[in-house]
Amino acid sequence: MLAGRLIKFFTSLRLTVVLLAFAIVLVFIGTLAQVDEGIYNAQGHYFRQWIVLGLDLFGHKIPLILPGGYLIGTMLLINLLAAHIYRFQFAVKKIGIQLAHAGVILLLVGQLATDMFANESQISFAEGQTRSYSESANHYELAFTSASGPHSEQVVAFPAEMLASGDDLKDANLPFTVRVKQYWNNSDTQFRAPMVQNGPPLTTNGIALNFDFWPTNDVKTTDDKNAPTAQIELLGPNGSLGDWIVSDWSDDGAKIEEIRESYTPELGASMAEKIVGELTQPQSIDVNGKKFTFAMRPQQVRFPFSLTLLKATHTVYEGTDIPKDFRSRVLLKNSHTGESREVEISMNNPLRYAGLTFYQQQMTAGDETEQAGLAPWSLLQVVHNPSWLTPYIGCGMVAAGLVIQFMFHLAGFISRRRAP
Amino acid sequence: MMKRLLPPALTLVMAIWFLGQMRPPQDAGFAYSKLGKLPVVFNGRLKPMDSLARNSLLQINEMQTLDLEPWKSMWQNHKKITAIEWLANVMMNPQVADNWPVFRVDNPDLIMFLKLPDRDTDQHVDREHPAYSWNQIAPSFDAFDKENERVEQIEPALRNAYQRDVVKVHERMELYAQLANTVQPHEAQNWKQDVVDYENAIAPGLVALNAQQAGKKFDQDALNEFVGEWNLFNAMAGREPPLIVPPENSGKWKNVATVMMDAAKNQPVSPVVGQYAAMTAALQTQDVAGFNSAVTDLYSSFRSSFPRALARSNAEVFFNQMQPFINAMVIYIFAGLLAIFSWFNLSESLRRSAVWLIGLAFLIHTTGLIYRIILQDRPPVTNLYSSAIFIGWGACLLGLILEKFYKNGIGAVVSAGMGFITLIIAHNLSLDGDTMEMMRAVLDTNFWLATHVVAVTTGYASTFVAGFLGLIYIVRGVFTKTLDDVTAKSLARMIYGIVCFATLFSFVGTVLGGIWADQSWGRFWGWDPKENGALIIVLWNALILHLRWGGMIRERGLANCAVFGNVVTSWSWFGVNMLGIGLHSYGFTDAAFKWLSLFVSSQLGFIAMGMLPTKMWKSFADKSQLTPDTEACAEGVTKK
Repeated sequence: MLAGRLIKFFTSLRLTVVLLAFAIVLVFIGTLAQVDEGIYNAQGHYFRQWIVLGLDLFGHKIPLILPGGYLIGTMLLINLLAAHIYRFQFAVKKIGIQLAHAGVILLLVGQLATDMFANESQISFAEGQTRSYSESANHYELAFTSASGPHSEQVVAFPAEMLASGDDLKDANLPFTVRVKQYWNNSDTQFRAPMVQNGPPLTTNGIALNFDFWPTNDVKTTDDKNAPTAQIELLGPNGSLGDWIVSDWSDDGAKIEEIRESYTPELGASMAEKIVGELTQPQSIDVNGKKFTFAMRPQQVRFPFSLTLLKATHTVYEGTDIPKDFRSRVLLKNSHTGESREVEISMNNPLRYAGLTFYQQQMTAGDETEQAGLAPWSLLQVVHNPSWLTPYIGCGMVAAGLVIQFMFHLAGFISRRRAP
Repeated sequence: MMKRLLPPALTLVMAIWFLGQMRPPQDAGFAYSKLGKLPVVFNGRLKPMDSLARNSLLQINEMQTLDLEPWKSMWQNHKKITAIEWLANVMMNPQVADNWPVFRVDNPDLIMFLKLPDRDTDQHVDREHPAYSWNQIAPSFDAFDKENERVEQIEPALRNAYQRDVVKVHERMELYAQLANTVQPHEAQNWKQDVVDYENAIAPGLVALNAQQAGKKFDQDALNEFVGEWNLFNAMAGREPPLIVPPENSGKWKNVATVMMDAAKNQPVSPVVGQYAAMTAALQTQDVAGFNSAVTDLYSSFRSSFPRALARSNAEVFFNQMQPFINAMVIYIFAGLLAIFSWFNLSESLRRSAVWLIGLAFLIHTTGLIYRIILQDRPPVTNLYSSAIFIGWGACLLGLILEKFYKNGIGAVVSAGMGFITLIIAHNLSLDGDTMEMMRAVLDTNFWLATHVVAVTTGYASTFVAGFLGLIYIVRGVFTKTLDDVTAKSLARMIYGIVCFATLFSFVGTVLGGIWADQSWGRFWGWDPKENGALIIVLWNALILHLRWGGMIRERGLANCAVFGNVVTSWSWFGVNMLGIGLHSYGFTDAAFKWLSLFVSSQLGFIAMGMLPTKMWKSFADKSQLTPDTEACAEGVTKK
């Protein structure tokens, strides 16, 4: 009896309709919310969410509970599967509709898989630089690096989320405890120019002597990135070893480029280089004769191969600033396979290699960059997505299914009209 | 006999009217229209002077011809000039053009800020659409620059009406300054002589410069003259004026300023500079013969050296002259009225006339669409403007197909109505400037423009057609007695068929967009506002189909749902662009927001009307007319 009612509920067309209606409302609200929350936060609030508690639109809080994207997606999936299994019958007339729905199932499952397994990171490098890792766009870590052998190193990394919790951080491989005194999800920085110092430095060690840091609001678009900063104290068995500022500003390629560009026009390239040098000065501490270098940095994805940026080209239309094309010529080297070849990555033409895809994202190059005395620089988006093919197949299935179904209707319609 | 001949006769008359419009204008005095055919490169695109003139005037004045006496009442005779005559004078005769009222400034606060004559007190200002000259605004330039700089610090989405106008009018002034520096420096008094003097000053100037840098004795006057001129050209080049000097050997178009500066590097000054200078002198002294012969000389030299550029330019001038979309729009209105009349007196010849005329308008519409594709070497939809043209075209085609099957005047009204409305929208969008602008890096791919964009816009077009059919159902049912059983049934069937079609195209288009995104930045779905808008259309169409399959709606509910499809589609087409976020953000305009709000509320009004109890519907009020079937259908919504 109950099973019967459950089956009826989960296979019903009414459930489909209700879910579609909720999906429309959710997508609409999730779009509006991006104005205030930014695209990234809105995704977390509405789409990558089971239940949405309370809306935040145009500066107003609205007490409303909605099913989130995960819930609607999962329910739709169950509804579709249940209806298919329960009502499935092989009939030529139904092939189209069944194919289309199977395609929708594949799309939903594929998106779920993407959500769970896909990983996005970035490589930013100037011409001539080589990278064998990419950096996460929105996950950060506090990493302690020490030598563990002549050619190897040991890294202990705490995700930034742990710093945000405010607890003391301990690890068996560290001879000290990390106490987080302040943690800012996003921050800004400025060089403490000798003449215009306002207030004492945040800490008496490391980069804080030359740079001020202060908290700012989270970024709102996927083009911008947060720059987390923390004030930490290292505690040895005999008490404090000192306070430091650790900041993404000093270990994130894109952020460092931003600093360099902001100082170059006013102070010139060599002075900007000096400021960047101060900012990126590695911070370290010696404990029991062992040196630990520490940094707040984007989480890293290591590759078994390396990419060297040979040439970054940015062309514009004649007599304008309208970008026409961005492309990076890259040397791909893989010592395991002995590969060493040049590849070109441009807008709409990514490089797919070793399960990763490299896309041209941003670039600072071209005449203006040269005039400003900056090194041409390129940012590649690196995506690992094992289910990247599902949308292609799913789309094909739905389209084919709808076309077949449509043709049946049309044929029926025409033959009915032809009949007397 | 008479009735049989009416449709072809009417169509012939309209066709002759259209062809008459295409006759090229004859220059009575100055050869402005010939000047309009000369090629120029601006914003990265090779185009005729005529297009540069029209697009610039649209941007600055919001009109295609310039009214020199806008303050006169509409009953008086206004002195009006063509866009190319205006541009010729801006470039070569600023002493006159700088006094023409060309800058539209609508915001009263901005009028005050710029210390412009008040529209209520000054009799030489049009009260409805105040327009001012360069010279009237000139005294406030410094303050205006500062104000603009301040406003530009504010994020576009957060600017108020005054601030948006500051930026808009400032952009107009900058565009004008660009144009005024095309042929000569804006401040030049005797350009023809200046060119000669400068060329003579280069050699002694360089000698003096080298001597000065070597620490030797040098001629101060020669140096001053040369450096002074050179600095002037450097400032002129900084304006990034249009490129009018065709490639010599380097393969690149140049602006006059660059050519003059390059002359100091021993590169000969192109004769084109001299020919334009001759035109300038002639125009300023009102020497018609001299001007015309300079234009003809330049035209001939283009014909012998750059035949392809000139041919392309001529083709575009012809297109500008043809105005296919405006002319098609006029015919659509006429045809639509005939088709609506045909519903009432059920006259077959009226209906056929409408269909014939729509066929003509559609032919012109199609010609324009194909002409643009060839001119641009791009698929049909490249920007918001061309999406409107394409949506109208697709909707008109769908309407004609429906009419072919049903022959009841409904498809004809859809064709004419959609054709007319979308072309009006396109006309308003064309006010933003060049409608054939170059595609930014990511968009520079014909494959995805041809697949994703065309599929999505076809989805828009068909969703709008379903919505239009829904409107016809409601309006005819509520206000007239013409929605009989047969008509109601056929309307419902049309809506259902079109919704199926819309689902297919909006789905395929949306997913193709995802695949494009996956190809270009590795993210199939990023919840970008435009993506979400398209997704809502897909979901809404799917929702309608499931409601129908589940028997939760019938004829009337289907019509109401289809009308809501209009709301959903207009949100995706225009609404999301106004949020000022995401990859497809085109900026917020007050006018667009006002029209979108009006449109959405009107559609909601129609839906409310569609939900009125059947006894209030004129077509259903007379119960005896109803078969049990229609009655059930009509109540479908209320029962739910």
